[in-house]
Amino acid sequence: MKVKRLLITLIILGSLLVAPTDSTMAAGDELSGTIKEDGSTSVLPLAEAFALRFMKLHPRVRVIYGGGGSGTGAKDCAKGQVDIGATSRELKISEADLISYPIARDGVAIIVHKDNPVDELSLGEVARVYAGEITNWEEVGGKSGKIRLYSREEGSGTRDVFESKVMKEKDISGRAYFKKSNGEIQTAVARDPGSIGYVSLGYIEGTKALSIEGVKCTVESCKKGDYPLVRRLYFHTKGTPDEPVKAFIDFCRSEEGQKIVEQLDYIPLTL
Amino acid sequence: MPRYLVDKISRKAVLLCALASFFILVLIVVFIFRDGMAGFIENGIGAFLFGTDWSLKRGEYGVGVMILGSISVTLGTIIIAAPLSITCAIFLAEIAPPEVREVVRPAIDLLVGIPSVVYGLMGMVWLVPLIRDHFGGGGYSLLAAIVVLTIMVLPTIISLSEDSLRSVPRHYKESALALGATDWQAIWRVLLPAARPGIVSAIILGMGRVIGESMACYMVIGNAFAFPSSVLDPSRTLTSNIVGQVEEAAYGSSHMHALFACGIVLLVFIFIFNSVSFTMGRREG
Repeated sequence: MKVKRLLITLIILGSLLVAPTDSTMAAGDELSGTIKEDGSTSVLPLAEAFALRFMKLHPRVRVIYGGGGSGTGAKDCAKGQVDIGATSRELKISEADLISYPIARDGVAIIVHKDNPVDELSLGEVARVYAGEITNWEEVGGKSGKIRLYSREEGSGTRDVFESKVMKEKDISGRAYFKKSNGEIQTAVARDPGSIGYVSLGYIEGTKALSIEGVKCTVESCKKGDYPLVRRLYFHTKGTPDEPVKAFIDFCRSEEGQKIVEQLDYIPLTL
Repeated sequence: MPRYLVDKISRKAVLLCALASFFILVLIVVFIFRDGMAGFIENGIGAFLFGTDWSLKRGEYGVGVMILGSISVTLGTIIIAAPLSITCAIFLAEIAPPEVREVVRPAIDLLVGIPSVVYGLMGMVWLVPLIRDHFGGGGYSLLAAIVVLTIMVLPTIISLSEDSLRSVPRHYKESALALGATDWQAIWRVLLPAARPGIVSAIILGMGRVIGESMACYMVIGNAFAFPSSVLDPSRTLTSNIVGQVEEAAYGSSHMHALFACGIVLLVFIFIFNSVSFTMGRREG
């Protein structure tokens, strides 16, 4: 009796283990398999939406995304640990042996607390604030109070763009509060009345995005190219991708994929 | 199988297991030093340990700020946690009625097992805004880290100290009482000195846990690259520096070497703590 019951249990367990591989093998011309992605947290919401839609179209494909930052994405992709590495910046020279596919564009918003009366800063002012040269909100037309800087850790794609387009020669002050992801900056800025931060356009909820050089930070102004802080988001692969990875990237860059981009307040590629 | 053979085989098996854990330790040390020493050499030992500038852009790595951060967090935590936990241990070992102890002690043992990231999360959501609203500053601060780590390390020190108080032979206290000492005199003059080695090593183990804590610390300390001028300023510890940057560091780069060198500095701290705890624990009180 005991042996029999054990056998049945084993068979059930075994069939559970076999089932997923079974279904992938049964597929004909239908796409199947697992796509592993990793990288930028700026790309994360978009990659998740892409994945959900793609998995609905191709039920035999599983897409997994991890948000480890642009550096991690490129690194893991080069090592072959993931199929797709996502970055919110261009590849660095040390990462150049990957193939890049732009999948969308994205604005970098300068955000402050909702109750902050300041609505607009120039690029120069933002740079001087982050360099620690302007330390009080009074100096840029706000209420008197210390400015608390929130920044990303070095290596972040968003920070790379922010440094090259805003800071230029200046360095971000060491007195800033450093965080590891867009979400953490958003949360911190939303709750701290004296704060300023910079995030991907998809992370401005609960905060106020400042106008830069007189241009409002919206999807429209980014699309038109008026807003100065726009960058491309990339998927990277190591070598030419096989199916289903190729189909997935094609899907993201297709008209349908770019519709998702627009729905999520990112900026579609100009095709 | 003959019994002597069973004996022999099991001896060998146990020896193998013991050697395996030792071997793993050796491997860890070797690998940390292999990459970490490169970090020291690339920057120069003095510049690395006392430099205050950590910048990928300029390729300069100095951990002066972080060493000071780690030390101030550890000292701050222990100054608050040690008296609290020792009094609590005395209460549990000597004063509390058995029914109270039966409830409190398991609760404390359970607290030891709560993952530190949970403490960090609570610190981030509750403590940081509290500090910002009532004390000023950004909330993410040395103070927040000290409070979170104090709460985290209390149960560890309490349960170890209570064990060492309980292991003091009963007749020590009974003799003191027979000589006319009050209950408190017996605890303060006899019990505590007798349990001192155990209590000291409990505190030092607690210090090791604090200096090695990474995630909870990263979530509340603010991670600024600057010397804090008050407990309300943000700071950065060696561990939070590794947590914050390891994801973006490329293998074999000088950035990764510098992070491993942080690991060496941490290892040295832990080594010092453990040897102090070891010598203290061995000495008879």
